[in-house]
Amino acid sequence: MQPEEMPSPQASTPPAAPLRLRAWNTINRSGIAVVFVVLFVLLSATVPDFLTTRNIQGLLLSVTLIGSIAVTMMLVLALGEVDLSVASIVAFAGVVAATVITQSHSMLLGVVAGVLAGGAVGLVNGVLVARFKINSLIATLAMMEAVRGLAYLTSNGDAVMISEESFFALGSGAFLGISYPIWSTIAGFVVFGFLLNKTVFGKHVLAVGGNSEAALLAGLPVMRIKIMVFVLQGLVTGFAGVMLASRMSLGDPKTSVGLELGVISACVLGGVSLTGGVATISGVLIGVLIMGAVQNVMSLMNVPTFYQYLIRGGILLLAVLFDQYRRSRRRV
Amino acid sequence: MTTANAAIQQATRAYLELNGVTVSFPGVRALDGVSLQVRAGEVHGLMGENGAGKSTLLKVLSGVNHPQAGTLRLDGVTQHFPNTRAAIDAGIAIIYQELHLVPELTVAENLMLGQLPHRFGVVDRRALIRRAMDELKRLGEHIDPRTPVKHLSIGQRQMIEIGKALMRDARVIAFDEPTSSLSARETEHLFRIIKALRNDGRAIIYVTHRMEEVDVLCDRVTVFRDGKHIETFDSVADLDRHRLIAAMVGRPIADIYGYRPRPAGDVLLEAKGLMGPGLAEPASFTARRGEIVGFFGLVGAGRSELLKLIYGATRASAGHVELAGKRMNFASPRDAVHAGIALCPEDRKQEGIVAVASVADNLNLSARRHFCRAGFLLDAKRERELAQEYIRKLAIKTRNGDTAIGTLSGGNQQKVILSRWLAERIEVFLMDEPTRGIDVGARAEIYHLLYELAETGRSVLIVSSDLAEVIGVADRIIVMREGRIVGNLPKAEASPGELIKMALPR
Repeated sequence: MQPEEMPSPQASTPPAAPLRLRAWNTINRSGIAVVFVVLFVLLSATVPDFLTTRNIQGLLLSVTLIGSIAVTMMLVLALGEVDLSVASIVAFAGVVAATVITQSHSMLLGVVAGVLAGGAVGLVNGVLVARFKINSLIATLAMMEAVRGLAYLTSNGDAVMISEESFFALGSGAFLGISYPIWSTIAGFVVFGFLLNKTVFGKHVLAVGGNSEAALLAGLPVMRIKIMVFVLQGLVTGFAGVMLASRMSLGDPKTSVGLELGVISACVLGGVSLTGGVATISGVLIGVLIMGAVQNVMSLMNVPTFYQYLIRGGILLLAVLFDQYRRSRRRV
Repeated sequence: MTTANAAIQQATRAYLELNGVTVSFPGVRALDGVSLQVRAGEVHGLMGENGAGKSTLLKVLSGVNHPQAGTLRLDGVTQHFPNTRAAIDAGIAIIYQELHLVPELTVAENLMLGQLPHRFGVVDRRALIRRAMDELKRLGEHIDPRTPVKHLSIGQRQMIEIGKALMRDARVIAFDEPTSSLSARETEHLFRIIKALRNDGRAIIYVTHRMEEVDVLCDRVTVFRDGKHIETFDSVADLDRHRLIAAMVGRPIADIYGYRPRPAGDVLLEAKGLMGPGLAEPASFTARRGEIVGFFGLVGAGRSELLKLIYGATRASAGHVELAGKRMNFASPRDAVHAGIALCPEDRKQEGIVAVASVADNLNLSARRHFCRAGFLLDAKRERELAQEYIRKLAIKTRNGDTAIGTLSGGNQQKVILSRWLAERIEVFLMDEPTRGIDVGARAEIYHLLYELAETGRSVLIVSSDLAEVIGVADRIIVMREGRIVGNLPKAEASPGELIKMALPR
């Protein structure tokens, strides 16, 4: 046992630790962040064109879809649940938005309709899981299929083209040189980071995921908390779907297949516990950025697609192995 | 003095009053017209065997279970609890045996869970820490409120649970076997706190299996059996233990240990300089055929760790085990079982049984390797017969072999685990807290089985924190303290005072 790693629960006021100890604690606490920094420096030094404003912009834009959904997936995982239906919600919300805009010529109506469509799916997920006690893996697996079907039905099987000019600005416009999807993703991290760390609701989510029995006996409205989280996930994912439709200028029922795994991977990379109760917003941010950086570099270096799958899987395994190693050392 | 008068008045009137409370589940009447009066300023002991209805009663108080009949009154006002929130708001707190804290949240957050101070939904951290600090000071605990609960000891966690109750100013506090995993020192501290709560005029319900605790702590005792109120003893001072046990069990049991001496044979198991995690120095001892060796010590003295070393569940860093004079080298529990050593773990639910599987499957878990066909095909008929044989021999109370073991009582689960090893031709039984959570009647049966094991030439090693049990059952007692063997006494020389003196940290 290394004395530096001992937690000091007895100390009534944490004494000022020596610098070396504090540095080690920081590394320990932020294990995956270290991985990211090393990775980023390594890539900047070795991969030509990686560290350019244009490429970094492109990298950030490429992670907006996963990133914007990861913030609420984080809450779902923190509850000890999972949501596999997000990819289908993205497609469904996009199609709904496109259809409503085409019919009504109102951008606002379309955006609202898309977001609410996502929220409605989230509500059903939440009620199935919280009220009817269906395992969230199964409930959202079923919803993943059903909602994909709804997306096809709404669009009659084809992509819905959008002709409303103002709608494209949503996905392609920029403010201070940074495009709106990146802004909205940043906003998502700020809002949900605040929600998780600073609000009563965030603490309640962690409590339900950490020990649902304790939460129930402490008088928390466990069922309502769970439903709320799924609804939030649906609304945010619906918005992500609308943004995607705006960028592609069409609502595509076939889009984003397999996205849920990318989102969950990013969260796990960021240290979110699949058994619930543990989540940090900074971890999720880094998880998303690692995913984006690796993907970006593989494109820059023209790595063949088949190898890209292999590398993505390998990186995820390495990251969680590292995390496990770090945690087991700390516990000894 | 007016406060004294008020205290006397309070003491004579029931603060919590249950009348004819009935709770039924499909097929079971868990509480059958139960009445109970608890006064403000008393510690009211609640005893009974498992399944007597104590837990159900606590769940009625906490708003988890809803009675089909009967009334619950607090300070004369009839109450209905549609959910846990309502019970909390009415001033009832339950401190369960399995503590209900969120390990990843901090001490402060756990203390105030459900009533976090906030402004428009945003947690007011400063108020949170300040109020938590005040509460911790009141409890006399020196804990940083920002520490995650997962870093606390069991005793400290219990204090946090009590703190939770006090932060809500609970007037009724129920404890469910709170000392089962506390050290002697932590228990003493807990009792001081409970007495202070009583003197503060709160109504305390104290559920326990231990007679000694009733003697030192309780003012009155109520006994439940089979969901019914059997008797309330109004004075603990002149309480007749035999009458109390008879009320719990439904028949008189003179001596639950029923010790039977027997001759010891050759040395069967010998540990030679065994060293590993949890031990402070190499451990050596012997166990003879026909001998029951008790291991006494405080929680954390290294007894369970020693058993796990013998069993090959953890790797020894030095030393070895000899079985009937032959040097053994177990890489895993599987090796130990094949050699004839078996462990019945302390935490039955987590480590002993597969709760959802049937009695027969649990029983055949290990032995089936001897009679499966072609090395992998189950012999269903043989397994059924084996299960029936042991259900009959050990009088296991189950509908049949197909019943899920999780639905059985703790005592019967333990019998199934014993059967599993009896079917395996095991010679050395390592029993870690063999009767934890098992009620009086079933305990006597388990002891009887252990004597039978010894009488047939086997060795039994028992780790127990229950002093009376170690003295009552073992032929020889090994005392451990802080990872060391510090005493090895034959039954005749083992007095409770001597054992405790040896076990306490220096």
